[in-house]
Amino acid sequence: MNFVFHRKRISGLLTVVPANERSFTEEMKNFNFPEARSLKLKEVMGYDKRRLVEPGVCVSDLAVFGVQHLFDQGLLKPDEIDALFLVTQSPDHFMPPTSNIIQGRLGLKPDVFCLDISQGCAGFVIGLIQAFLLLEQEEIRKVVLINADVLSRKASPKDRNINPLIGDAASITILERDVQDSVIHATLKMDGSRAEALIIPAGGMRMPSTSDTAMLEEVGDNNLRAKDHLFMDGAAIFNFVQVEVPPLIEGLLARAGVSKDSVDYFFCHQPNRFMLEKLADKMKIPHDRMPNNVVEHFGNSSGATIPTAITFNLRERLLHENLQVCLAGFGAGLTWSAMLISLGNVNFNTIIEYK
Amino acid sequence: MKTIVEILKEIRPEFDFTASHDFINDGMLDSFDMVTLVAALDKNYGISIPGTDIVPENFQSLQTIEELLRKSGAKP
Repeated sequence: MNFVFHRKRISGLLTVVPANERSFTEEMKNFNFPEARSLKLKEVMGYDKRRLVEPGVCVSDLAVFGVQHLFDQGLLKPDEIDALFLVTQSPDHFMPPTSNIIQGRLGLKPDVFCLDISQGCAGFVIGLIQAFLLLEQEEIRKVVLINADVLSRKASPKDRNINPLIGDAASITILERDVQDSVIHATLKMDGSRAEALIIPAGGMRMPSTSDTAMLEEVGDNNLRAKDHLFMDGAAIFNFVQVEVPPLIEGLLARAGVSKDSVDYFFCHQPNRFMLEKLADKMKIPHDRMPNNVVEHFGNSSGATIPTAITFNLRERLLHENLQVCLAGFGAGLTWSAMLISLGNVNFNTIIEYK
Repeated sequence: MKTIVEILKEIRPEFDFTASHDFINDGMLDSFDMVTLVAALDKNYGISIPGTDIVPENFQSLQTIEELLRKSGAKP
């Protein structure tokens, strides 16, 4: 499905990462796995540092902290917010929507459209699409898009396949109308027949959490995982990304009439360094134009990794420059999405720590 | 330049890779070993094995790995 938007822009990006930093070399002792092999994996995948919330910290805590920071710095006013979208796979509760909780904790006006969107690693582009669609409405002038997850709380500490790559974060992106005649192209695909490749099996209504679903089980390769934990079929996801993402991006660029060479950066979801290097090689894109350094510094925080890659790699540069960027997310659903957008002259583009 | 067997021995020194014809079913390489192996082969041969070729069938034996390298443009 393809989208075209006119006169819309991103006017600010903020990433919130927990202050609590963990190191792979310390954590690898938790896995029942030879140290030498873990160190090889660290080198190839880029595992190093990651940021995790302390026990009990929820998505709304990171989100409220970030939006309040913008209020305190005079970068955003509460009354300006006409819509607040939260994209997450780890909400505070089943009910009510976490976006409403955030609205209440921030004391926002009742005349605001709050919406939770259940999406993961493709969720940044999906959130942008939703926000740009809403900005077609006359009364909606500013949308706050929050991508946040605390999935470290759903990763088995004894699962080497998942645990070392997971990080927690929230990103806050401000969307509004543009006075320039900017054109944004986007594309989106979904395949629910492969939904079980990335899943938390228990905890919903299909398989409620019980003492049985909390029990760690041997799941191969000396890994232990419970049904309450996040599961990823790593080989299937790797293949999915390598097969589906290149034609998605190439189709998007073709529709926009833009060559790969004229795109300054390809900011993709950040699963690990190896997967992104292979993606870049397949698409014949130099590695420095497809940054892959989020996992090694912060961990994979699902839908927050693309804005984290932007804030971490571009920082102040985005305050003064305009860059043509291609965004691409892929993951749970399965869902894959991409957007071509001119990004720059933003009011803020920074990272803060949640303490 | 290292041989394929030398690279495999660096990854899993406990196995004799010349004595098996099915590294996967014999439990000598798991999916993370394949990733480590691809990174080592890429570096050793100055190539980039396509991500779509990183599937167990291509890492079953020395012969299938040699064929993968040929297909990926490695010079013998």
